[in-house]
Amino acid sequence: MIRLSRRRLIASLGAGAGGLLVSGCDRVGRSPAFQSLLTGAEDLTMKAQRLVSSRNALAPEYGEADMSPVFRTNGNTMPASLDYQAHLGSGFRNWRLVVDGLVERPLSLSLDHIRRLPARTQITRHDCVEGWSAIGKWTGVPLKLLLGGAGLKPQARYIVFHCADDFGGTPYYESIDLVDALHPQTILAWAMNGAPLSVGHGAPLRARIERQLGYKHAKYVMRIEAVDSLARIGRGKGGFWEDVAGYEWYAGI
Amino acid sequence: MEAEIASPEEAVPEAAVEAQKEPETFYRHRRSTRLWHWLNALTVFVMLMSGLMIFNAHPRLYWGRYGANYEKPWLEIGSDSRSGFLKLGSARIPTTGVLGRWRDGEGNVKNYAFPGWATIPSQYSLADARRWHLAFAWLLVLPGLFYWLWSFANRHVQRDLAPSRSELAPSHIWADIKDHARLRYPTGDAARNYNVLQKLAYVGVLFVLLPAMVLTGLAMSPAMDSAWPWLLDLFGGRQSARSLHFVAAALILGFIVIHLVQVVLAGPINEVRSMITGWYRLPREKEK
Repeated sequence: MIRLSRRRLIASLGAGAGGLLVSGCDRVGRSPAFQSLLTGAEDLTMKAQRLVSSRNALAPEYGEADMSPVFRTNGNTMPASLDYQAHLGSGFRNWRLVVDGLVERPLSLSLDHIRRLPARTQITRHDCVEGWSAIGKWTGVPLKLLLGGAGLKPQARYIVFHCADDFGGTPYYESIDLVDALHPQTILAWAMNGAPLSVGHGAPLRARIERQLGYKHAKYVMRIEAVDSLARIGRGKGGFWEDVAGYEWYAGI
Repeated sequence: MEAEIASPEEAVPEAAVEAQKEPETFYRHRRSTRLWHWLNALTVFVMLMSGLMIFNAHPRLYWGRYGANYEKPWLEIGSDSRSGFLKLGSARIPTTGVLGRWRDGEGNVKNYAFPGWATIPSQYSLADARRWHLAFAWLLVLPGLFYWLWSFANRHVQRDLAPSRSELAPSHIWADIKDHARLRYPTGDAARNYNVLQKLAYVGVLFVLLPAMVLTGLAMSPAMDSAWPWLLDLFGGRQSARSLHFVAAALILGFIVIHLVQVVLAGPINEVRSMITGWYRLPREKEK
């Protein structure tokens, strides 16, 4: 048995800590072992947050007086695709939302149809991963209703949003699990602050995932796909920013 | 942990030197304190530095429930085409070279709030900084909670940290402030206990700043706001919580700076050794 003297042990720990902090942080941060440690912490955070919140705990809702005077836009504000431009030009008359994947009855719904479905209106706070917040009023159809209509197959575990906007040719996509998909505040909003959803904020349809950060709230939603695994979506991490920049898939904090 | 700075040898009468050849040591820091201290020495710096990188993503602070680019920040670090600045209310302080606009190691001009030497990682990455921050937060919170409970159980808080009623008398506190200002630290048996400013600093960090840090951090989490909506009421909204998170971090940094200065002034070898081994050498009594 190797006996490390206390002094040596502490000296090496101290040197390790110093090295980590001064020059090594970036290097340590890139090492695969450390990366997986950090990813493990994401999992721990999600489990802990789910543990202390009930499944249907509502995000705080606000009054009209609390709304941001100007709700800034973020991410893409005008999808470049010709297809989207054509839909925009015709007022989304021929646009259809597709609900497919692991469902019993795939759906294809017009915007008019979606607007006639039961809607929920909520004044909620939008928290960007960057740190800012804006409060706005959203009206839309609960995702739970659409998924109920399509009939989720038992193997379905995640809901993927496929979007019309793109970054450098890669269309935006995001995903949530069924806890958030079936949450009462998870809606596909077609109105904001009492007016039809603007292009900047994601017309014709934008996901609201009120217990998570802004990048989960996919704009320009074209297709909703139920899947059993995220491995075949994008590069496998469940969302555009997750795949491209390493943001957490679970964005509850 | 402050101790008297040893007076120059020649000033001490020889008889006194004879009498004090064997300095008295006593067991000052329990293992739980030492472990937690060194774990925190690492964790706090990772939290501060990754936190500064997160701040860089939106270097503006607001009060209230919401706050974004169209609202007026109470604090902002930014840059125009030539200089960096810190705006505090209506005051604009030029900070070129340090905040807002600075050069990295290769001499490239960068326009982020906090410079690369102060952030984790050193190159702009909100995603990486968040991963560091949210992982090390567990290292701050779980051992911290454990240390809290343990320190009540072994009466460390009650016996060593809680100031007594007489210590809290304004005259006593004032006397201690004057002693600190003159760099006159207790010696002999008086050095066995923390002085009142020390106690207040430790209690303040342990029971005010660290809990405030954690709770304001949680208040920024949309999931936690749905689980524990009182977090928002406690701090007056998410953007207020974000501001207070930053203020508490600055106060913790202030504590660390003063703490390190005191360690150096009080005799760094004895101080650091006692935090490693637990054994503290009593500073010699001044000549009577």
